[in-house]
Amino acid sequence: MSNTNTVLASDGTSLKKSLAKSLRRQKIRALLLIAPLLFFVLLTFIAPIGDMLFRSVENNIVSDTLPRTVKVLSKWDSMSGQAPDEEVFEAFARDLKIAVKSKLHTKLGSRLNYEKTGISSLVRQTGRKVKKLDLDATPSFKDAFEKMNKKWMDPSVWQTIQQFSSKYTDGYFLAAADLTRTSEGIQKVDEDKKIYFKLFVRTLYMSLGITFMCILLGYPIAFLLATLPMRSSNVLMILVLLPFWTSLLVRTSAWKVLLQNQGVINDFLVWLGVIADGNRLELINNVTGTVIAMTHILLPFMILPLFSVMKTIPPTYMRAAKSMGANDFMAFRRVYFPQSIPGIGAGSILVFILAIGYYITPEIVGGTKGVFISNRIAYHISSSLNWGLGAALGAILLVVVLALYWLYDKFVGIDNVKLG
Amino acid sequence: MKIKTIMLGGAAFAMSATAALAEDMTIVSWGGAYTASQQAAYHDPYSAMTGVNIINDASSGEAVAKLRAMSEAGNVTWDVVDVVAADALRLCDEGLAMEIDADTQLADAPDGTKASVDFGDLMVNECFIPQIVYSTTFGYRKDLVGSTAPTSVCSVFDTAAYPGKRSLEKRPINNMEWALMCDGVAKSDVYDVLATDEGQARAFAKLDTIKGDVIWWSAGADTPQLLADGEVIMGSTYNGRLFALIEEQGQNVGMLWDGQVFDLDGWIIPAGLSDERKARALDYVYFATDTQRLADQAKYISYGPARKSSAPLVSKHATLGIDMAPHMPTDPNNAKNTLLYNYSFWADYRDDIDAKFQAWLAK
Repeated sequence: MSNTNTVLASDGTSLKKSLAKSLRRQKIRALLLIAPLLFFVLLTFIAPIGDMLFRSVENNIVSDTLPRTVKVLSKWDSMSGQAPDEEVFEAFARDLKIAVKSKLHTKLGSRLNYEKTGISSLVRQTGRKVKKLDLDATPSFKDAFEKMNKKWMDPSVWQTIQQFSSKYTDGYFLAAADLTRTSEGIQKVDEDKKIYFKLFVRTLYMSLGITFMCILLGYPIAFLLATLPMRSSNVLMILVLLPFWTSLLVRTSAWKVLLQNQGVINDFLVWLGVIADGNRLELINNVTGTVIAMTHILLPFMILPLFSVMKTIPPTYMRAAKSMGANDFMAFRRVYFPQSIPGIGAGSILVFILAIGYYITPEIVGGTKGVFISNRIAYHISSSLNWGLGAALGAILLVVVLALYWLYDKFVGIDNVKLG
Repeated sequence: MKIKTIMLGGAAFAMSATAALAEDMTIVSWGGAYTASQQAAYHDPYSAMTGVNIINDASSGEAVAKLRAMSEAGNVTWDVVDVVAADALRLCDEGLAMEIDADTQLADAPDGTKASVDFGDLMVNECFIPQIVYSTTFGYRKDLVGSTAPTSVCSVFDTAAYPGKRSLEKRPINNMEWALMCDGVAKSDVYDVLATDEGQARAFAKLDTIKGDVIWWSAGADTPQLLADGEVIMGSTYNGRLFALIEEQGQNVGMLWDGQVFDLDGWIIPAGLSDERKARALDYVYFATDTQRLADQAKYISYGPARKSSAPLVSKHATLGIDMAPHMPTDPNNAKNTLLYNYSFWADYRDDIDAKFQAWLAK
């Protein structure tokens, strides 16, 4: 029965198959065309990011530098309240002696210092003394280390080494979530060190605020751009793009000149008599400064997608609505606005995601209350060199953005986003 | 491993577009007036003498991170790097800087004193070749501080006598020390106190008293700008920046030397250079850190030469013609009450106290 219904192509195969074949060929051709780009992106973008993110769990340094110690230390009972026994100290002396030769011990010290303050110089000082230690003529290694530095008798130092001796660690992620692992399990860090959760939350709500400000300011401009005659809309477009082409630092510094206490805006308001000289507005080095400067910097990313979407809305729709009795507001609200929503969606995603990752502008105008999580990431990458923690913070930020993107898709629908 | 190397190589290449050629040498420093002073005192005479073309790279601010990335990629493109002593310590710890033998690889003083003696305590570790002593200290607006100019670093904490904003660096280092000193801790006990949780809490409590009056800076140029614009009445920055503001730009600003914190800046040579490049880097450093060269730099910028033998040779400013000695942080009149940056303390406590400092700032 079914055979009689199959439509055959000219070469005798079924049309369905032949269609699938040609579609597949098309797909392969398309894939080959984008292959160089894909390869490029993979090699220069995805792979380095993956490598960087991998550092958030990587912890080879302890087991690589102290292989013997790690092995015997695993048998030590960390809750005993006493330093480990002779066997561990002997293994440690042998490991350290090799590590000192290749200058790895100080690296180990810096790594463990992230977990327990003081280990960095303890290891550095001991390293110098271990050089002179004769491994075959030491009766008691434990005594020898006690003589080098009393801190080696402190069980908490050994607890730290034991805890971070595995090849992978969740320590960085715990730290990034304001948690810490103690001998009693995972606990919140002390109140005076809690910072990251606060910064994540602040980054999110300030980015939302900036996105909202961009919609508020960008929508009317995009509307004007899309409805004005070509000649004047081109001039307006240049005004939108000009700051877009100006260096980021120049624009941010310009805001400093405008917003500071003795700056242009305050001077002007005092001159007008709106505010008293002794009561100048605090416009910079706080949240206000960050929101103002970042809204300005990100505004083109809102206006451009809005504009290109609005350009596609035929003016006849508005006229039709009005001819049917709608007033200006009604026509705008019921006919024009719904059609411009895909532009708002696209602009919002662009602005929000860019805002979440900004750090130069908040660093310059944000003071203490207007800085983002990215400022901390930058600090850990370039200053404190705690790349593991920086990577963990970055990974969390990435996950948060992806989660928000998923939520957005679920509730607004990513199909409702249009760039023109 | 190989793919990783290639990837990181790509990243490092992007980071430093200036790869050194055979007759070129890339020297990394801080940029601005500081690099200009090195150009005049070291680079130009060295190039004239040897024909080596020196390329300046103003990346010292991120030197440690970039050197680490370069080293992981196996492609170090820098030959000599100017860093502060604390960074030199970290680079040495990480095995990213070469160890130097001062007595054989650096020039003796003119009277034959060995380099290690001439530099003395300033050689804070095996990799660091000291160049200058600079200090972080305060400048104040003469017209905005009232009739009595501040003479003590504690006036920073005295908002009753000196109302108005002050600028401090957005990091715990120096601020914590000043806070404790002005809270009655003896100078010699500062680091012992700061090593305890109570001591840190005490320092934060002191800083709390002025928190609302502080503008926090992160670039050395911020305080001079804030002072010039009258945004702050006093603020901390590097003494050379204040010298430029006062003497070169003629701003109405005074120096408050009291409580200045000495710090060192100098050269390191990255580890893992080819023999040829290493030899050239060592040759440059031998030349650039001899007694006369270090004294020459002080003609262009008010930082003290790190060699004892250079001090008597410090002369007049190259263009202004004023005596430079009284503007040096090490001048006896300026150095009555000073503190030396404690490298080993901050190497241990930096991460811990910085976390607390950031949490305190965000409160």
